[in-house]
This record gives sequence, C-alpha cells and structure tokens, in this order.
Amino acid sequence: MHEMSLAANVLQLVDAAAAREGFAQVRRLTLEAGALAGVEVRALRFALEAIAPGTRLDGADIVIDEPPGQAWCAACAATVAMAARTDACPRCGGFGLRPTGGSALRVVELLVAD
Amino acid sequence: MCVVCGCGQPGAGPAVGAVVNAATGDLHYGAGPARVSVPGMSAERTIRLEADVLGANQAVADANRAHFAAHGVRTFNLVSSPGSGKTTLLCATLDALRRRASALPLAVIEGDQQTCRDADRIRATGVPAIQVNTGKGCHLDAPMVAEAFARLPLHDHGHRHGHHHGHAHDDGHAHDPALLFIENVGNLVCPALWDLGEDAKVALLSVTEGDDKPLKYPDLFAAARLMVITKTDLLPHVDFDVAQCIGYAQRVNPGIEVLLLSAKTGIGLDAWLDWLLAGAEAPA
Repeated sequence: MHEMSLAANVLQLVDAAAAREGFAQVRRLTLEAGALAGVEVRALRFALEAIAPGTRLDGADIVIDEPPGQAWCAACAATVAMAARTDACPRCGGFGLRPTGGSALRVVELLVAD
Repeated sequence: MCVVCGCGQPGAGPAVGAVVNAATGDLHYGAGPARVSVPGMSAERTIRLEADVLGANQAVADANRAHFAAHGVRTFNLVSSPGSGKTTLLCATLDALRRRASALPLAVIEGDQQTCRDADRIRATGVPAIQVNTGKGCHLDAPMVAEAFARLPLHDHGHRHGHHHGHAHDDGHAHDPALLFIENVGNLVCPALWDLGEDAKVALLSVTEGDDKPLKYPDLFAAARLMVITKTDLLPHVDFDVAQCIGYAQRVNPGIEVLLLSAKTGIGLDAWLDWLLAGAEAPA
C-alpha cells in the first residue's frame, strides 16, 4: 500500500506550491498516473481522501488521468501500445518491449483559492 | 564539511522524522504529528505544477548515488517478498566475501517495519549494520538510506581515505572499493518505485514461492537488474520450473540477469560473489 506514501508526497508538493504561490485551499487536484506507473489509482484516491481532512486538500475534487502505456518493440522497430508490463507486442507477439510512455506519476495542475 | 564529496560531517546529526537509538544508531520512523493548516476563502486560480510525485525522493536518491560513488561504495538494494531468504543470503554472502576479499569493507542497512532482529543477525557476522524501522511504511525511501549511511563506518572509511590522499574519488582510480547492501522491507510491490541511490536492485525469489511471481508482481522484476532464485536445495521437493520462471522474468524485463543459488549449501554462491565484485577491484 505505497499509495499512502505517494499521497503524502502529493500533499508535500501542494504545501510547497502554497508556500510559493500563497493560496489557502485546493479546489481541484489533477494528477497523471500512467498505466505503467506502478500505481493503483483506486488506492491512491482512497489515500488522498484519507489524508485530506485538515489540509489544503480538504474538500478538493480529485481528478486522476490515466494515460495508456507505450513501448518500443525492437523486433517491429515500432512504438506499440502496452496496457501492462506483462503484455506481449500486439504486432509480433514478442516480449522484447521497452516501455517508453505511461510510466509517469505527476501532479499536473491545481485549481486553488486564496 | 567533507573534503571528498562536500557532504556534511562524518557521522550524523539529528535524524529528520526518526527516533535514533543512541547505542546502535538504529533509526525508527513512523511516529510523527500530523500537519494541520487553516483553510481560507477567496477567488480561484489554476496553478500548473507538472511535478513528479516521487521527485523529492529522486533528488535525495541522486545525491545518495553521487555520495556512494565519491566514497567508492557500490550499493545493492535487495528486494523480495518476506521469507525469501534475504537475511540468510546476506549472512552467507558476508562470510564468503570475508574469505575471498578480506580487506573489502562491507556494511548493511536493514529495513523492516519493526524489530532489530535482522541487524542483530548481520552484526553477529562482524559486519556493521544499521536497522531502519519504517513503522507503518512498506518500503525504504532515499532519505532513510541517507540517514543510515551517515551512521555507518563505511562513511568514515571514505572520509579517512579522502583526507589521506587529498584527491577526489572520481579521478579514475578504482582503489579501495566497498560494498553496501540494503535489505529492503520484505514486499514484492512497493520497493519497486523508490530509488534509493543503489547501483542495482537485486530481486530475490525463493523456489517455495512459485515460478510465476515475475508475472504476478511485474513492476519489481522490471526494476531489477538481477534476479536471484534462492533455496535451490529445495527444488526436488517443490513444483518450480526454473526455465519457466526465467522466461516469465524476461517477459517483463528482457535484459534481466539471473543467478541460482542455495545459501544453505553454498552452491551458486561463487557466481553471486563474482557478480557483486564485477567492476569493483577487490583487494586480495
């Protein structure tokens, strides 16, 4: 359940942004959790809601975008879709895939109130 | 200020967020107050952050990696489920390294949620160890490793070396290497995401766990440079298909290296030592 640690890291980023930008409350938190990021989105949402009370995230809408995974298939010399790390190449059926996208976990944007 | 790498004093100050055992240097996390802030009301605006959630950990991990390199320390992060034999393999490895490269400085950072039992087992071999108790945490993070490393004699070793020779460690001399083992919290999921500044993650998988673990927990095997299949002395007693297991691991990580060994019988230990010492000039 590392999503609780990740939620705490999100809160730290929010507090650091608040120190720079001088806002009191987050109305909407937009995250990006790629399909290959190793994050369970349901658990992350639960963790964020659990730590929110009494913080700048209290009452915030939580939006989590989940971009699909992408990988480079050396055999096909092509970029292909990859929904999970155990997937084979959809073109050639081989497993020599190197993930190239969808592995990021980022705080994208905050809608804030002073 | 250290003249070798620019880090703080040898030894360590108060640990941030941890309770320190004065006698052993062991670190206990997970007992801090919750932060509270006072909400206000006013107009709304949008702030674009585009910030990596693990960015703060990554910054410390990068600093750890530079710090280890400056001290000539090669670092291995051992990850596996609980009970795969990490501590048993470590004890056997430390004994074997002592016989093969007696002058090679060694140290261990032990991660668990609770108790100092594993650090006690390591210290019984004569190798310095720091126990890091994560409290409720399911993994070690880079700041914990930075705090623990500052409390190990390996840190002083590098400093003394730097002071005697008066030159930087990154000048091409591969002299006086040292090995640091980090035994992560037993967990096949969470440690995959946290870079500690190690040279390589090593995933252990015991034959009693089943050969399909790489498919069930792909993130961890994707993050590892080496998979060590342990407890091979038990192979006659379990349904574990070694070739299938390796095939599964290569599915999620085409470049993963594989070793098989039994810490109990010692079979396979030599190849493991070769792997650990590759790139580190071991003094005789």
